[in-house]
Amino acid sequence: MKDLVIIGGGPAGMSAALSAFDCGIKDILILERDSHLGGVLQQCIHNGFGLQKFGEELTGPEYAFRYEEKIIKSGIEVKLNTMVLDITEDKTVTATNPHDGIFQIKAKAVILAMGCRERPRGALNIAGSRPAGIFTAGTAQKLVNTKGLLPGKSVVILGSGDIGLIMAKRLTLEGAKVKGVFELMPYSGGLARNIQQCLNDFNIPLRLSHTVVEVHGKERVEGITVAEVDEKRVPIESTKEFIPCDTLLLSVGLIPENELSKSANVKISPVTNGALVDQNRQTSVSGIFACGNVLHVHDLVDFVSDEAEIAGKSAAKYINNDLSDSTEINIFTDGKIRYTVPQRITDLTDVKVYFRVNNIYKNVNIKVTDGINTLLTKKRPKVSPGEMESVTLKNDHLKNVKELHFSLEVV
Amino acid sequence: MEKILTCIVCPLGCELCIDLEGKEIIEIKGNTCNRGKIYAENECISPKRTVTSTVKCTDGSLLSVKTDQPIPKEKVFDCMKIINQTTATLPVNIGDVIVKDVFGSNIVATQNKN
Amino acid sequence: MYDVVIIGAGVIGGMIARALSRYDLKICVLEKENDVAMGSTKANSAIIHAGFDAPVGSLKAKLNVQGSQMMESVCKELGVKYIRNGSLVVGFNDTDLKTILDLYNRGKKNGVNGLKILNSEELHELEPALSRSAHFALYAPTGAIVCPYGLAVAAIGNAMDNGAELKCNYNVKSITKTDLGFEVSSYTEKVSTKYIINCAGLFADEVSALANDSSFTIRPRKGEYILLDKECGKTVTHTIFGPPSSMGKGILVSPTVDGNLLLGPTSVDFNEKDNKDTTQVGLSSIQSKACEYLATVPTGKNITSFCGLRAVGSTGDFIIESPQKGFINVAGIESPGLSASPAIAEYVVDMLKDSGIVMHKKKKYISTRPSATRFRDASLEEKNKMISDNPAYGKIVCRCEKITEGEILDALRTNPKATDLDGIKRRTRAQMGRCQGGFCTPYIIELIARENGISFESVTKFGANSAVITGKTKGNPNL
Repeated sequence: MKDLVIIGGGPAGMSAALSAFDCGIKDILILERDSHLGGVLQQCIHNGFGLQKFGEELTGPEYAFRYEEKIIKSGIEVKLNTMVLDITEDKTVTATNPHDGIFQIKAKAVILAMGCRERPRGALNIAGSRPAGIFTAGTAQKLVNTKGLLPGKSVVILGSGDIGLIMAKRLTLEGAKVKGVFELMPYSGGLARNIQQCLNDFNIPLRLSHTVVEVHGKERVEGITVAEVDEKRVPIESTKEFIPCDTLLLSVGLIPENELSKSANVKISPVTNGALVDQNRQTSVSGIFACGNVLHVHDLVDFVSDEAEIAGKSAAKYINNDLSDSTEINIFTDGKIRYTVPQRITDLTDVKVYFRVNNIYKNVNIKVTDGINTLLTKKRPKVSPGEMESVTLKNDHLKNVKELHFSLEVV
Repeated sequence: MEKILTCIVCPLGCELCIDLEGKEIIEIKGNTCNRGKIYAENECISPKRTVTSTVKCTDGSLLSVKTDQPIPKEKVFDCMKIINQTTATLPVNIGDVIVKDVFGSNIVATQNKN
Repeated sequence: MYDVVIIGAGVIGGMIARALSRYDLKICVLEKENDVAMGSTKANSAIIHAGFDAPVGSLKAKLNVQGSQMMESVCKELGVKYIRNGSLVVGFNDTDLKTILDLYNRGKKNGVNGLKILNSEELHELEPALSRSAHFALYAPTGAIVCPYGLAVAAIGNAMDNGAELKCNYNVKSITKTDLGFEVSSYTEKVSTKYIINCAGLFADEVSALANDSSFTIRPRKGEYILLDKECGKTVTHTIFGPPSSMGKGILVSPTVDGNLLLGPTSVDFNEKDNKDTTQVGLSSIQSKACEYLATVPTGKNITSFCGLRAVGSTGDFIIESPQKGFINVAGIESPGLSASPAIAEYVVDMLKDSGIVMHKKKKYISTRPSATRFRDASLEEKNKMISDNPAYGKIVCRCEKITEGEILDALRTNPKATDLDGIKRRTRAQMGRCQGGFCTPYIIELIARENGISFESVTKFGANSAVITGKTKGNPNL
């Protein structure tokens, strides 16, 4: 029996553990599948992490180390090389590692912090051959940054998510030629700064409203066919163009890894692919919390750490029977706002609600109503799907409210 | 002349609008912090970049490194040459200087390695 | 000098090798690719057909029904997954009903047991996810699913355990008659043998021509497939066929033995024997066809798509014959070739016996093979025993399919040994899950390199020029 078991020792897991620890919970176990703490940060050797959290610009390993140091100091128990195989609704965790074999632990509370995975080629139905030389951007990142192996010499990248942009730069620095980044949408999925410092700095073209329609090459990739897409994202035949290359990198979306959450009967949002949570980041299963990219995909690790702190604190309260649920307010969105996190509020307290929009809009009003009355509006000069937005609802806003409606109006 | 830049100092990625007369900056607009202003000035006169990469270690593994200061943008590939010729002697602690004085910066370790 | 050389290490070559390895014969299997099961065997519908489809009196019909009856015990001996899930040919209109009645009668004549025509109510009770426009079906309870490449790997592994040899990357370029038999050469090697069995799949006509028999040709017929996430594996429990056409059995919707959902195949005649490219047209036609069968088709759950080539013979039936003494063609083994494979093997053994070769049964014949899935299928206690004996079984490498390092090392060490990434994939399922190798590929590259004592740059996806890594980042003189 453990007070708190945390699934995943990445930025979310570590931050959640430390905040629960600071709230007085000492009987904590972190289960990490990799041989080190820090998760994917260890392969993100580029800088840009920690500006919000630490006020300085860190690389991934440095950001991870800030937390790892504290974990070691706190004495929180960590099991590395440990894969969780199953979690039940009553919070029994089954896991395996080479040292302990397969073992089970019952926990008072569980925090899900398993992160996300990359969408593979098959999910896109890209036609053509199946040669060597097709990688997701994250796989390429691991090969280049942690193993010193170059996945290709002449590279095309599909998808302008941040990992794709960053790999364009990293591969260029390490000696590969990146021929271009192609993005299905009419806007980039990555941060503006990354387009500047990863593409523009190296004269790597970014072609929006384009996709890869076919892969060529029997043994190794020999080239790809790209095409422009119309408004319905259907490739336009007359715009097909062959680009010779030996490697195709995919940066076409991240999917929260919720297979374990599902085994515990945690309800999953079809929009975020993560758990449905309240302001405490508690899932539909009492005592199971979720944070980080397993809950919804974040733009910045700093936000992951923030969210994990909420989950850690809440889990501590839960263990101490101190988590109140005085109300039940469900949050609805208008479609232009794709989703919110949390999706429901269970206590009259100040709540910061994060949300993501479905398109680029300029000069907008974010409006929050209770169905009849407007509770809050927030002006934004520009919103885009690549950047998470938030509003803070005050305790007062929530009194006598049964539901909340989030909408976006273009002024 | 007006020059439009995307600020790379932080993830906000502010769009900076710089009014230039020759090489002289008349006005900077669009920045939301002072760091953005400094970035815009540097970018117009002598753009600088932080380089992150890896070096070989004596045991054959890789060590992640960075320049502890941004270096002149046009020196990035020269810096990579130095990085690629470097072998770090283990053990290394985070922040240890691996190569001194590279284009006004040091190359430092960004991870621990025993 | 070998007694028997088998050309082609697909499921047919493998099953024949296994059947012959019961006897005191010196056997060698020659395979032109870097691994076994690389042709039609690795990309097909993975169905064990009941046997109602093939024309009455054909070799296909006879061997299909026999093979289908043998398959379960063969799979059990070889430790290969087999599930008798039953199949349904569903019909939507009167024309389909007529076809289904024809199939029913043909099946009866072919000797298929348990066939039944289901009405709408019975059908939808059996498969609630089917489209309401499906009104009746031919139900074949003996239909089954299997892992076809797993079967080929196991059969060849079992043959090797009984002394057979396997030579991969052996592309047969000439066959010369000698006093004692034949000389079979690639560009670089030469083997002598008394007998040759040609199981070269798509290339069986070319191999036959090397031995001066050009009486048949093989045409490739493309079949594209889409594989869905395990979340969708229970959409249907039976294998669902549409009414057949001249181009085959139509698109099917089926669970796989590993719990995914398989949609496909398309059916397009083609000229290039090495073109396994999927097409946009093909993939979207599968999606739309599946929509006709199913009330709701899972969306956004595709994890991969692939294309296989069926080896369609010019005679319309299996071509299993001996054009000259000592040489046997086993050609045109299109569907139901997988289903028929154990029966084909016995048929060929009988042909060899009749041809006068002396065949004594081995005293120490090993009929079984440890299952590649024995760790996964073990109980918790057994797993813990295995982990304490070998901690590598405690380390999960492929997190999607939960495949351990121990299983990957087994695949690298057990006959026929995997030597490339795809070989690991087919033997263990590592890289075959929902992330398609995104997480585990770098580590598997390391394991292959370490185990075989080769550089990372030499590790391939499937042999030859399919190297995965193009170089090292540090010390690159060009930078």
